[in-house]
Amino acid sequence: MAIAVSAPVQTAPTARRGEFLRSMPLKAKIGGGILAVFVLIAIIGPAIAPYDPSAISATQSVALPPNLHHLLGTAVDGGDIFSQLLVSIRGTVVLGVLTATFAALLSVGFGVTAGFLGGVADEGLSLVMNVFLILPALPLLIIVLGFLPHTGQLPTAFVLSILGWAWGARVIRAQTLTLRGRDFVAAARETGEPTWRLVVFEVLPNEISLIAANFVGTFLYAILTSVALAFIGVANLSNWSLGVMLYWAQNSTAINIGAWWWYLPPGLAVAILGMSLVLLNFGLDELGNPRLRRSTKSRRRARGAKAWRPTDATPVKRLEVAP
Amino acid sequence: MRFITRRLAFYVVAAWTAITINFAIPHLLPSNPVEVMMARHPEFPPSARRALEIQFGLGHQGSLLHQYGVYLDHLLHGNLGISVLNYPASVVTVLNNTVPWTILLVGSATIISFVIGTLLGIFAGWRRGGWFDKALPAFTFVQAIPYFFLAELALVLFSSDLHIFPSYGGYQLGDTIGFNGTFIASALSHSILPALTIIVTSMAGWMLQMRNVMITTIGEDFVLAAQAKGLSTRRIMFTYAARNAILPNIAGFALAIGFVIAGALVMEIVFSYPGVGYQLFQAVTNDDFPVMQGIFLAISATVLVCCLLADVVYVLADPRVRTRAAY
Repeated sequence: MAIAVSAPVQTAPTARRGEFLRSMPLKAKIGGGILAVFVLIAIIGPAIAPYDPSAISATQSVALPPNLHHLLGTAVDGGDIFSQLLVSIRGTVVLGVLTATFAALLSVGFGVTAGFLGGVADEGLSLVMNVFLILPALPLLIIVLGFLPHTGQLPTAFVLSILGWAWGARVIRAQTLTLRGRDFVAAARETGEPTWRLVVFEVLPNEISLIAANFVGTFLYAILTSVALAFIGVANLSNWSLGVMLYWAQNSTAINIGAWWWYLPPGLAVAILGMSLVLLNFGLDELGNPRLRRSTKSRRRARGAKAWRPTDATPVKRLEVAP
Repeated sequence: MRFITRRLAFYVVAAWTAITINFAIPHLLPSNPVEVMMARHPEFPPSARRALEIQFGLGHQGSLLHQYGVYLDHLLHGNLGISVLNYPASVVTVLNNTVPWTILLVGSATIISFVIGTLLGIFAGWRRGGWFDKALPAFTFVQAIPYFFLAELALVLFSSDLHIFPSYGGYQLGDTIGFNGTFIASALSHSILPALTIIVTSMAGWMLQMRNVMITTIGEDFVLAAQAKGLSTRRIMFTYAARNAILPNIAGFALAIGFVIAGALVMEIVFSYPGVGYQLFQAVTNDDFPVMQGIFLAISATVLVCCLLADVVYVLADPRVRTRAAY
């Protein structure tokens, strides 16, 4: 907020689809591949789950390690971990997609409006963005979701996105500011295009990769936050999700009794899903900003540049400095 | 000075927003501490309901605007209401017992992680392409792993299996709280594991940012000029390059502190550390809404004060913002 954001400027996207896919950076391919597996599980998981995830055994009172009947073992109450994992991935992925979609709509709306209108409107909207950015999200989420009894997916996603849109809006606003003054926008304005056409057909197409990167970032935020919330019990614990799985594992002291097959799968699933999103975001960054992928050297330099900070370094020509 | 005035105005607006949200939540969402109290204490006669309603400031006296005025008035006088869980203790008492723990733990851990992360970032950026710089992508993955999961694993490894650190609480039960050797020693040994987890998980952010800005700064002409003058490497590295590269890290501090605090809250729950996070957890599990709201206000205030401090440091560190009105 003290430093103005200078967003990368991108070139027009390449024409043919096949070429486009092949030109994807390796990181984006790996990240996208892993993410695709998770989305596939989210779609077919509940159908291929061998057991009902909530089914409990009346006779069982110990957590069984993995065996032929239960690929990932069971919980203390006899619930099948593999089935729980398959169903939980759907819950978490759906929540992430919902939150990222809501938040993307909010950030594009606020960011483009503020950047394109400028003046007093920009001042006011930027103020709103900065306030939402500085409010501590997690305690507020805990309170709001704590007040809402038995929250379902939709209200949770809604609250998460209301507290998670501001960062994207700031980045998109900065990009809109630079685009607004470009010649092609001025040319379109001269031909008498109405403002909404300028925004939708001239500005927005040039922000697609930024919006996509922002979508992926919010996805990651939604997953990590919702898992943390569920872990401390602020969620509807009868709806399976990876955080709810971790909650039950923690609640039954799975770690202390050494039931690794219980707490490791959901934890690793969150970590791998999160990792795929980080990779995808780095890849999207390189895709959107050609300067980052001119050579392997500059690619190495760009690694890690796509964080959530307002101060990403713009790669410049390297000057050899003798250390 | 213009910069600081602008920022101050912004923080006033942000504080007002937090206070108003805090007021609005119980009015917008279904909740009732009186019902919770009546359910918790079956021995209360039905006539106690009215007394509790008055005590918790419910009962819907007057218009919404009037209630808002009363709420602001109470806030000004440091009255945040009464805890349901620790009835009849006030929320302020509860906060007084928990906030110091969190500030000591999270504050020192954040400063340590900022210093170490920035230093490592300086070295990684200086020797770009070196072995340490090549290992950096591994650190980005730390950001994708749920921090409480890492904390749990650390807890099992270091306290349950190896018995190096205690696994529960902030001090040995039975010790008297105060400035005596036993208490300080036990508080220290209880805080090492939570602090280490916070440091490990939050360090990567500072480090990556510092490295990226370092690389850009090293390419600047004034660094080349300093080398041409024949200054020592250490002097160029710290006084010329890092001195300028650290500015975005200070500016980013304001944004990062919220994330660090959020992570620390959950961390406290994992370690059952007697701070704000653990108290918030207990408040949530016991429907103690007044304490939840008080904690939200306390955390918001802390974040705002931290950001203001970061701004002051920024003004001291960067003479340009003192003269440039644009900021």
